[in-house]
Amino acid sequence: MEQSVSYTLDSTLDTVDNAEEKASRIATELGFAEDEVMQISMAVREGAVNAVLHGNAYAPDKKVILAFERTPENLVITIRDQGKGIDLGNIPNPLAPENLLKTSGRGIFLMRSFMDVVEIRPSQTGTEVKLIKHVRGSSAGGKEGSQREHET
Amino acid sequence: MKLNTRQVDGVTIVDCSGRITLGEGSVMMRDTVRDLLSKGNKKIVLNLGDVNYIDSSGIGELVSAFTTTKNQGGELKLLHLTKKVHDLLQITKLYTVFDVKDDEAAAVKAFK
Repeated sequence: MEQSVSYTLDSTLDTVDNAEEKASRIATELGFAEDEVMQISMAVREGAVNAVLHGNAYAPDKKVILAFERTPENLVITIRDQGKGIDLGNIPNPLAPENLLKTSGRGIFLMRSFMDVVEIRPSQTGTEVKLIKHVRGSSAGGKEGSQREHET
Repeated sequence: MKLNTRQVDGVTIVDCSGRITLGEGSVMMRDTVRDLLSKGNKKIVLNLGDVNYIDSSGIGELVSAFTTTKNQGGELKLLHLTKKVHDLLQITKLYTVFDVKDDEAAAVKAFK
């Protein structure tokens, strides 16, 4: 069974909480284990933070697109902003001794720690982050049918 | 997020509960630690026993509290980490940076 849902969200702090809650609810409904739900929701939260703060810079005219897709093997989550795009070659390693005591710069690292695959595609019209969590075991199955929602 | 401060043998213990995340939680933590330092309270224990969620901004705020306190000649320790917070500090390699305690009396005693 395949299903997808997408949301168009404002560039606000509420969107960050909202994205996290949606991820937690959907991952739970798909049957992921409790620790995986936490990992997925946290990765989505970090992605949403990057989209709202660093991508769209809270601009009221820019939106964050959050999409969830369930395939037989994966939960695929896409977070897209409308910012300038990030420089992938300029992301410091937060585990390097000189960066350990920095107060920011751990978001992408946490996404990579918690998800099976993280793809980041920057462009001049925005950044797209794809977060993939493999479905393990047979317990993961959707409760909802195909749907497509839009929120503003 | 809720923060409550109390004094034990010259040490300020900040009991934290809820979420330390981008926005209100991080700001409260920052303001509380800065306020304590400005009033000369430089022996600080953050009791995170009731913190059920922390994001990268919250981690950054803990780092900021730690370095700000240290830079002002003080000391900051963490107490009662939940498994989630413990795991996050492990994967970010911050667990060994902080002085983490499991027992309040030991934490208070550990200040020079």
